[in-house]
Amino acid sequence: MAWAASLPVRAEYAYNLQVPASKVAQDVFELHNLIMLVCLGIFIVVFGAMFYSLLKHRKSVGHKAAHFHENTTVEVIWTVIPFVILMGMAYPAAKVVIDMKDTSNPDMSIKVTGYQWKWGYTYLNDGVSFYSTLSTPRDQIEGTAAKGEHYLLEVDEPMVVPVGKRVRLLITANDVIHSWWVPALGAKQDAIPGFIRDSWFKADKIGTYRGQCVELCGKDHGFMPIVVEVVSEADYKIWLDKKKGAATTAAADDSKIFAPAELIARGEKVYAANCAACHQADGMGLPGVFLPINGSKVATGPIDAHISTVLNGRPGTAMAAFGGQLSDADIAAVVTYQRNAWDNKTGDTAQPAQIAAARGGAEAAAPAAP
Amino acid sequence: MTDATHAHGHDDHAHHAPPGGVMRWLTTTNHKDIGSLYLWFSLIMLFTAGSMALLIRAELFQPGLQLTNPDFFNQLTTMHGLIMIFGVIMPAFSGFANWQIPLMLGAPDMAFPRMNNWAFWILPVAGALLMGSFLLPGGAVAGGWTMYPPLFIQGGISYDLTILAVHIMGLSSIMGSINIITTILNMRAPGLTLMKMPLFCWTWLITAYLLIATMPVLAGAVTMLLTDRNFGTSFFNAAGGGDPVMFQHIFWFFAHPEVYILILPAFGIVSSIIPTFARKPLFGYASMVYATASIAILSFIVWAHHMFSVGMPAAAQLFFMFSTMLIAVPTGVKVFNWVATMWKGSMTFETPMLFAIAFVCLFTIGGFSGLVLAIAPVDIQLHDTYYVVAHFHYVLVSGALFSIFAGIYYWLPKWSGYMYDETLGKWHFWLSVIGMNIVFFPMHFLGLAGMPRRIPDYALQFTEFNQIATVGAFIFGFSQLIFLVVVLKAAKGGVKATDRVWEGAEGLEWTLPSPAPYHTFETAPVMK
Repeated sequence: MAWAASLPVRAEYAYNLQVPASKVAQDVFELHNLIMLVCLGIFIVVFGAMFYSLLKHRKSVGHKAAHFHENTTVEVIWTVIPFVILMGMAYPAAKVVIDMKDTSNPDMSIKVTGYQWKWGYTYLNDGVSFYSTLSTPRDQIEGTAAKGEHYLLEVDEPMVVPVGKRVRLLITANDVIHSWWVPALGAKQDAIPGFIRDSWFKADKIGTYRGQCVELCGKDHGFMPIVVEVVSEADYKIWLDKKKGAATTAAADDSKIFAPAELIARGEKVYAANCAACHQADGMGLPGVFLPINGSKVATGPIDAHISTVLNGRPGTAMAAFGGQLSDADIAAVVTYQRNAWDNKTGDTAQPAQIAAARGGAEAAAPAAP
Repeated sequence: MTDATHAHGHDDHAHHAPPGGVMRWLTTTNHKDIGSLYLWFSLIMLFTAGSMALLIRAELFQPGLQLTNPDFFNQLTTMHGLIMIFGVIMPAFSGFANWQIPLMLGAPDMAFPRMNNWAFWILPVAGALLMGSFLLPGGAVAGGWTMYPPLFIQGGISYDLTILAVHIMGLSSIMGSINIITTILNMRAPGLTLMKMPLFCWTWLITAYLLIATMPVLAGAVTMLLTDRNFGTSFFNAAGGGDPVMFQHIFWFFAHPEVYILILPAFGIVSSIIPTFARKPLFGYASMVYATASIAILSFIVWAHHMFSVGMPAAAQLFFMFSTMLIAVPTGVKVFNWVATMWKGSMTFETPMLFAIAFVCLFTIGGFSGLVLAIAPVDIQLHDTYYVVAHFHYVLVSGALFSIFAGIYYWLPKWSGYMYDETLGKWHFWLSVIGMNIVFFPMHFLGLAGMPRRIPDYALQFTEFNQIATVGAFIFGFSQLIFLVVVLKAAKGGVKATDRVWEGAEGLEWTLPSPAPYHTFETAPVMK
């Protein structure tokens, strides 16, 4: 099987925390080893005594029971000694806590937003923003295709950061609580809707570091990984320029008029990335949990109501507002796709200009940053 | 109390012969009947929630989705947790309390027999609400047993039913606790002072206070969820001025003491069993009482160690880290006392003793992983990973559940009048203890390597340990069928038990005939 091929890579962290790639992760790694050793030592002493007793002080070898049942000196000793050991653990732990919480003087800041079920990244200093979704194909999950090396730990757009820079993360969420974690970087922070919490890391080595959402956030909690690519300063500049170029092309799309076939083709991709997790690839939803789009009143009724639902969501339900997440061209495409796919043969098309109009004057320009 | 005095003035037979059939059990106010009801209910729920666990482990046998879809998987993990806590461990301990506390204190029954009946009979209603929600549109609750909003706000009708079920189970616990506290404080035999009563009564007395203090807090938290869901309030919704993290503070203010509610009675059971089979009195009785009380008091100031990753100020992290580490001191005292009780004893290893020894050893592993998790920076790495799953299963399976097995083997001969099958008991023990370690030990490694909990599918590097865990789960799960056979056999017949049952047994319950008659201690025994 595919996973057998990567065995040697895995062997190095199979029994302990992942190989640290930042100072904080290194500190935690050492702290964990220290505490494990202390625990192991205590375990051997205490249970060495117990198993000795189990062997020697048994009725079958003729041992007669003693009758002592109290000894204040002993009681005091085994209250004080653990207390002293704990103090010895608390001191190094407190130092790491204070270091972890110090998010001052960052070289760059990235806002991280959790969504059901993807991550959004906004580079506050460099003006780039994008979404990062799982890129493992559905057929690998369902077992109809061989699983790739980074099964479930791969995304379409990784977070890219320069090596050796102090990166401050401003973490929040759009819907429910998520949690952003990359083990090798030693950064974990819950993403809480309505609140911004911060965390930081400084990657020591160039490489790709993978993590996952670690707070139960609904159906696809297990399918929103995190990938951080740590690159050299020069490579970071190249990546940044490419990203900015792509943003300009995307902005230009919002003022174009598309042919229906183009919209449907683009819409199918947008649907797969944003809608299919709940409404399913066949548009049938999940009975009792997520409503169908195929044959629904929204997707076959007036187009303005359909656009409004996609833009603003349905407050109080799991239907999110996509106005802030997708561009005018993408919303036009996905609405067109939904109105023409499956049994919804309405023949309608939506153009980016209609979406801009539906957003209303002030917001018309571009989608808000994630 | 009134029943006892009443019985003397009238025809004894009318009172000694309960109504037959279903009505006997529905209307019973007898502590022994109610104790048995709690224990049977718990046993049924154990197999229900255990089957869910096996389905979870079967899905996790290999990467990819095979047996469940992600939504149903979340329903299974949520319901497994809720039922194991509220439907298995807590009712089982209530069953022990009902059977044993009056027998140990020399009391004729519990203080409030009719409330006792209610406290039990509302439990199956709550269980039916929970289990029935699997059949509703959208399926059962899938937001995790911790019920964190805003995720919990999104769900369908079954989420409301779960809130109702939690209210009912809380009510049952509060009624049970009032009964236990009143019985212990007022109905001890003359001369049986608090500091002379069996440690099991002490641990339950303290547990009952924890329940009374924290169950209303849980009720408040879930009521706020209910109004957020249905009546437009915004307690936990930032857009309306609320705070989702506030729920976590309130919830864990309940749920950390709840952790001790699930383990203190276990300490009591084990403290009854070890002296019997070591043929030597419990070492450090007074320090055991003080340690139990210290653990209970500390449990109220450590709750936020469950939420280090929400992003607290450094000062708060340090406070909760230090207070949590402090719990290791009284817990350590308990373990040392048990080992000292065995030391220089004259031990035999019948099934109750085997489970009690496994408890001391394996619960301590859970205690050590708890200490590792208390260290805030390490916890931030390990929070919501399989390391935490390993930790709380060591505490709740080899801790709480093993103590329940130990207690059943220990007292069943007194309750039914027949000895259980020792050979089958030993089979049950060895398969359980081996199976349990095969399931849960590899989970430490999974968590360290970075596998999040509550996921239906995982990356390829986690495969081997998951496969080992699944094999262990099936060994552990199916060996519980042996337990079922042992209990059914010993309930029906077999070798007659003597009154004292165990050579080294001390305490009032062993002065009674086996099985214990329907009414006992109608006149209080005199303590030496």
